[in-house]
Amino acid sequence: MDWQSWLIGIVGRALAFGTPLLWGTLGEIYAERAGVVNLGVEGMMVLGAFSAFAVAQSTGHPGLGILVAALVGGGAALIHAFLTVTLRANQYVSGLALTMFGLGLAGLLGRGWEGIPLKQPLPSVTVPGLSKIPLLGPMLFEDQSILTYIGLVLAVVLWLLLYRTRWGIVLRSVGESPATADALGVNVFLVRYLAVILGGVLAGVAGGYLSVEYRPSWTEGMTAGMGWIVIALTIFAGWDPLQAIWGSLFFGALYHLSYRLQAWLPPELLKLMPYAFAILVLAIAGLSGRRRGAPGALGVPYTRGEK
Amino acid sequence: MLVMRDIVKTFPGVVANDHVSLEVQAGEIHALLGENGAGKTTLMNILYGLYRPDSGEIYVKGKRVHIRSPRDAIAHGIGMVHQHFKLVRPHTVAENVALGLAGTPFWQPARVVERGLKELSERYGLPVDPRARVWQLSAGEQQRVEILKALYRGAEILILDEPTSVLTPQETAELFKVLLHMKQEGHAVIFITHKLSEVMEVADRVTVMRRGKVVGTLPTAETDKGSLARMMVGREVVFRLSKGECRPGEEALVVEDLHALSDRGIPALRGVSFTVRRGEILGIAGVAGNGQRELVEVITGLRRAQRGRIIVLGKDLTNRSARRIADAGVAHIPEERLRMGIVPGMSIEDNLILKKHHRPPFSRGPLLQLRKVHAFAKRVIEEYDIMTPSPRTPAKLLSGGNIQRLILARELSGQPGLVVAAHPTYGLDVGATEQIRQLLIKQRDSGVGVLLVSEDLEEIMALSDRIAVMFRGEIMGIVSASEAKIEEIGLMMAGERRQQEQPS
Repeated sequence: MDWQSWLIGIVGRALAFGTPLLWGTLGEIYAERAGVVNLGVEGMMVLGAFSAFAVAQSTGHPGLGILVAALVGGGAALIHAFLTVTLRANQYVSGLALTMFGLGLAGLLGRGWEGIPLKQPLPSVTVPGLSKIPLLGPMLFEDQSILTYIGLVLAVVLWLLLYRTRWGIVLRSVGESPATADALGVNVFLVRYLAVILGGVLAGVAGGYLSVEYRPSWTEGMTAGMGWIVIALTIFAGWDPLQAIWGSLFFGALYHLSYRLQAWLPPELLKLMPYAFAILVLAIAGLSGRRRGAPGALGVPYTRGEK
Repeated sequence: MLVMRDIVKTFPGVVANDHVSLEVQAGEIHALLGENGAGKTTLMNILYGLYRPDSGEIYVKGKRVHIRSPRDAIAHGIGMVHQHFKLVRPHTVAENVALGLAGTPFWQPARVVERGLKELSERYGLPVDPRARVWQLSAGEQQRVEILKALYRGAEILILDEPTSVLTPQETAELFKVLLHMKQEGHAVIFITHKLSEVMEVADRVTVMRRGKVVGTLPTAETDKGSLARMMVGREVVFRLSKGECRPGEEALVVEDLHALSDRGIPALRGVSFTVRRGEILGIAGVAGNGQRELVEVITGLRRAQRGRIIVLGKDLTNRSARRIADAGVAHIPEERLRMGIVPGMSIEDNLILKKHHRPPFSRGPLLQLRKVHAFAKRVIEEYDIMTPSPRTPAKLLSGGNIQRLILARELSGQPGLVVAAHPTYGLDVGATEQIRQLLIKQRDSGVGVLLVSEDLEEIMALSDRIAVMFRGEIMGIVSASEAKIEEIGLMMAGERRQQEQPS
């Protein structure tokens, strides 16, 4: 039946395209839950994408590429953490700088690698047994990335960590009221560093997924604004890892639809779609009062208030 | 139990603690008395590890300790309840207690804490629901959470910084009962305050501080309010304000069935009605956060009224702009002096003409008449006793008292018909407080209507002719100050409506 294959296509592609959004959003949620906005997601993702491709192409091990992308993303986030937590620089300016820096550096280093198809991409998986279920099988369990499944499990794990454990209380408190956490002996700086670095690691993996699995090749600026969608999704999800799943799937589907419209619409219009989505999401979030879930100390550097 | 010896702490330009020594015993309530800026809170922040002293020694139970962070302080059995509560407002009570707590399980730590809390609550008489979210609690309940947080961590020395400033008189009495209980259990309680009556009521001994130094330590049984006040201020203090009889005239402000939302979009004012006449001071009493701030903002044009009317000096000014309202003769002495009262980086004379800069004589066409501005500034600086090296000094360099005098000079020099004053003496020393109260009384005597909002009940009782009490956005009752009993006002602050509603 025709509507079935149409549905399978949409959900399957929404999962594939939503995966990098999910990884990036989970990371940004953790950073922001600790009170640090990182607008450098786009930069960390693109650095991850390039380094994953370079390593996978040179070594022939795509898994190793993803691992290196995680490290590179974490390293880039460390710069942001140092600037904003230790030096108390403006988080927005630092994040923007990180994005520009990442795009520029990846473009420079990636010159010789442009447009080459990857010899050995990350293999996609088909879950035996489950993929035989009618409709749901081909939709969810056929020809998907292992990173899609890890991302979904990670969302649940991060949610449990946030709301059900000692670490979660500490992380949320640091983002809501760092002075309170400090007065109880919590190391606010350490928590913020770790959260921002985790955000970078996940953004790096998101980028690596694009270049060694989704595409799989390297082109300059291949993240194409996904980092900004991640920022919008973080708000859309109300800083909740489980909600991030639905948000990512929704945006993944929108992306997929906009590609299907390629035949009818000018490419410039399609290129500005993600940004239009982001504006729309922020407007909806603002109108529906979703922003009220924002961590209380979001964007505010912490000092111990000595006069 | 605790000895602090020769503590010195300097901040740029100020010696906050100058060789301060303090000794507190187990099983005593020790008051730390002094004016704002005397160095009490600095000393306690040092003890709690939030500040590092430049020099000095601390001994707990006879052993020398080095307290580098709150974690160290907690490990030595020291707990602190800050004046501005350090609580994570969206979290539950149990989560707040569990935060950073050693020895709780990794998984669902709040569950274990809930059980422990129940036991502690009963033992000390501190009832609170462990699963309630902090933002839902009243100030008194939040304070209990803070105390429980310290007790749960095994605090033997408990520091309370101005604990009664957010409480109703009844809640204060309950707090004192808890403190006495803790004293019997062998805890040491350090109680920071500037209120003499509280010292005499609960403390066993009192250490008085002035300008960063200890004036003396003595048992409360061997002293009285008068001599403590002398020690605290350094001179004789007059407790009574000279105030003539109230001669109310025409209506300066009529508020009818006023409704407004708070910043968070929930109703903050629900049908407030009252009248302020010329020549009288109407005091608005209530625990912080019961709609007082929103009331002031709606009257002065900084917040929209959803329903109701505001009539100022006979004109309906509901939802008019702040400038229209100011031009109609409303003076506003705002709650947050530095944020709303002045432009800190601008000079004193620029700040003084802020409301009138757009009108003659200070401006002609697009240009400011600087000579006139200068002459005006010179005159009011003298008249209002603003201590400054020059009219061109940036306003932020003034002390709190002088900033408040600057604001009063600007607001009152325009001959207003109505003065709206929010917490006009908050955080000021005794001298400045006296002066500003006298200025408000002078306005009233010259036929101006004054609306005074304050959390300081003593201030309300001393200045007002009539007192209205707010609770959750409503007026619980209006009483004449001469007949008002503090118990009755306390009950209204806690939400009990006055029986026979007096027509306002």
